[in-house]
Amino acid sequence: MEKIEARDVNFYYGDFHALKGISMDIPQNKVVAFIGPSGCGKSTFLRLFNRMNDLVSGSRLKGSIKIDGQDIYAPEVEVDELRKNIGMVFQRPNPFPKSIFDNIAYGLRVNGIKDKDFIRQRVEESLRGAALWDEVKDKLNASAYALSGGQQQRLCIARAMAVSPSVLLMDEPASALDPISTAKVEELICELRNEVTIVIVTHNMQQAARVSDRTAFFYMGEMVEYDDTKTIFTNPHKEATQNYITGRFG
Amino acid sequence: MKKFFEKAVRWLLTGSGFITSIVILLIIGFLFTEGAGLFREHVIEEGYVLALNKGNPVKVMTAEEIKAVFDEDMTDWSQLGGPDLPIEIFRLEDADKYFTEQQLGKHYEFADSLISGLVASRPGMIAFIPESMADADAGLSFIEDKTISPREVFAGAEWFPTATPAPLFGMWPLLAGTLWVSLFAILFALPFGISIAVYMAEVAPPKMRGFLKPLIELLNGIPSVVYGFFGLIVIVPILQQVFGLPVGESGLAGSIVLAIMALPTIVTVAEDAMRNCPRSLREASLALGATHWQTIYRVVIPSSMSGIASGVVLGIGRAVGETMAVLMVTGNAAVVPTSILEPLRTIPATIAAELGEAPAGGAHYQSLFLLGVILFFITFMINLCVEFISARNKAKNS
Repeated sequence: MEKIEARDVNFYYGDFHALKGISMDIPQNKVVAFIGPSGCGKSTFLRLFNRMNDLVSGSRLKGSIKIDGQDIYAPEVEVDELRKNIGMVFQRPNPFPKSIFDNIAYGLRVNGIKDKDFIRQRVEESLRGAALWDEVKDKLNASAYALSGGQQQRLCIARAMAVSPSVLLMDEPASALDPISTAKVEELICELRNEVTIVIVTHNMQQAARVSDRTAFFYMGEMVEYDDTKTIFTNPHKEATQNYITGRFG
Repeated sequence: MKKFFEKAVRWLLTGSGFITSIVILLIIGFLFTEGAGLFREHVIEEGYVLALNKGNPVKVMTAEEIKAVFDEDMTDWSQLGGPDLPIEIFRLEDADKYFTEQQLGKHYEFADSLISGLVASRPGMIAFIPESMADADAGLSFIEDKTISPREVFAGAEWFPTATPAPLFGMWPLLAGTLWVSLFAILFALPFGISIAVYMAEVAPPKMRGFLKPLIELLNGIPSVVYGFFGLIVIVPILQQVFGLPVGESGLAGSIVLAIMALPTIVTVAEDAMRNCPRSLREASLALGATHWQTIYRVVIPSSMSGIASGVVLGIGRAVGETMAVLMVTGNAAVVPTSILEPLRTIPATIAAELGEAPAGGAHYQSLFLLGVILFFITFMINLCVEFISARNKAKNS
C-alpha cells in the first residue's frame, strides 16, 4: 500500500523552478532515502510532505501530494492537524530551551493532552524508543541544552515520535553529528521503520545504502531515478546516477 | 610614512578612549564630592545661631522641630522636653516690634546688646540671629548646631530646602515620587509594548511592519519637552475631568507620558529579541502540530524572554531618568505620594527646577548633587540588571 503519492509536483520559489514534475510513491513502513548534490531540491521535496514550505513567502506548488489518499494541499486540510501526523527531524538538533521532559511533552501539550500520567508514560516510551532513556532518566528536569549533540538529535527524534506520527521526515539528521552518534541514529531509523514510514534526506550515500529500502536520486530539481536501494547502488539505469554514486560529481 | 600614520591613528584612538574615561570618572567624582558635602553642612543656616534664655534647659532640636517651632506648629516648650512655657519666636526682622529705630541706632549698632538683652529677659524666647549679634555675656544659651545626618536626609519625609532657619532635606518624598511614577509608567507600557512587539514580530504582514517600525522609532526622536507639552495640553485636562480632580497635574499624568516615552524602547528591543528567536525552534514547534499562537507563547516568547526583559529594564531606565516631561505634568509637590492621582515630584525634576535658584556651594546646592548621586545609583543598578540579563542570555545560548 502506498503511504505517500506525489503526482507531477512542480514547486517554485518566486521565479525559481525548484522541483520539476516529480511523481513518486512511497510505500508504508519503508525507509526511503533522497540523495543528490546540494541544491538539487531533495530537502524542498521533503518539506512539501508536512507543508513546511508554506512558511516560505512567494512559494507555489503545482501538482498533488496525497498521504493516506488525502490531498494534503486541499483547502479543507488543517495544517497543524496534518503536521501532528507527519513528524520531522531537522538537520541540526533543535531542542527547545526547556527541560528534557518538557521537550518531549511539548507535542502532546500543544495537542491539548492534559493527563499527566499519560504524558509521563509517553515521555518514557518515546525516550526508550529513541534509546535515550537510560542516559537521561535521572535528569529529566535538566535543560535539553546540557545534552551532547548526538543526544540532542535523538531527543528530537523522541520528541517527534511522542505524538505517534505515521510518517517521519528526516532532513539530513546525522550531518551535524560525529560518527558514533551517527551510527546510533541509523540504528534508531532501522528500529523505527516498524512503526512509521520514514523519508530521509542524506548527503551520505553509505548512509542511504545502509538504512533505506528505496532510494531516489535528485538532480537540478528533477528526480532522475527512483528504485530499490540495491538497484540504485549496484545497477543504476541512468548514467547521471551512476556518475553520482561513484563520486564523479556532486 | 605609513608606519607613522598608523601610529598616529593608534594614539588618537587610545587618547580618545582615555579622555572619555577620565571625563566620566571626573563627572562621577564631582557628583560624589559635591553630594557628600551636604553631610558636612550644619542644620542651622551658616553664620546664624538659635539663641535661648539661659534658664531654658532645651539644648538640642532637630531640623524638623526647628521648622515646626518657626512655623508656629509647635507653641510650647513642654513639647520639646522643656518647661511649661509658651514659645516666643524672634526673627531679626521682628526687631522693630520691640525697639524703635533710635534705640537700634542708624546702622543697627545697638542691636546686638538690645536683642541679646531681650532674649535674656524673656524665658520662653527663641531667637534666630546672626552669630555676631549673640552676646555671650548677656546670659544666653544656644541650640547645639550639629551637622546634617544621613538619617534625616534619606529617611526624612519633608523636603523644604529653602526653609529658615533650618532647611529640611528629607529625600524620601522625591525618591518615592520617582519610583511611584516609574512603576506606573512601566505597568502601562508593559502590556502595550509587548503586544505591539508580538504583533510586529509575528503577526503583521511585512508592509504593515515596514510602516509601524519606523513610526515607533520616530517616537524616540521626539524631544521630551514636546511630550511634556502634549501631556500638559491633552492628558492633564482629560484626567482632571475623568477623575474629577482639583488639579490634573498628577503622578498619573506623569506615568502616562513616561509610558508613551518608554514604549519605543520596549517595543524595539522586545521585537528584535523575538525576531532573533531561531527559525529552527519555530519550525520544530510547527512541525509538532503547534499552531502559530501556540508557537508564539510557548516557544518564541519564552526563548526571547531575556531580550524582552532587557527592553523593559531599559524602558524603566528611561522613565526613571526622564526630567522635562515629568517636570511639566506631575505638579511637583514634594510630598510622599499616597495615591497616583496626587501631584508628586521626581528626583530629576527637582534637580532641574531647583538648581538655578540654589546658591552655589550651599547646603541646598549640595543636596541637589546628592539627589544626582541617588539617581545615578538607581540607573546604575538598572544597567547592571540589563548586563546581568544579557550575560545570562549569552550563557544560555552558547
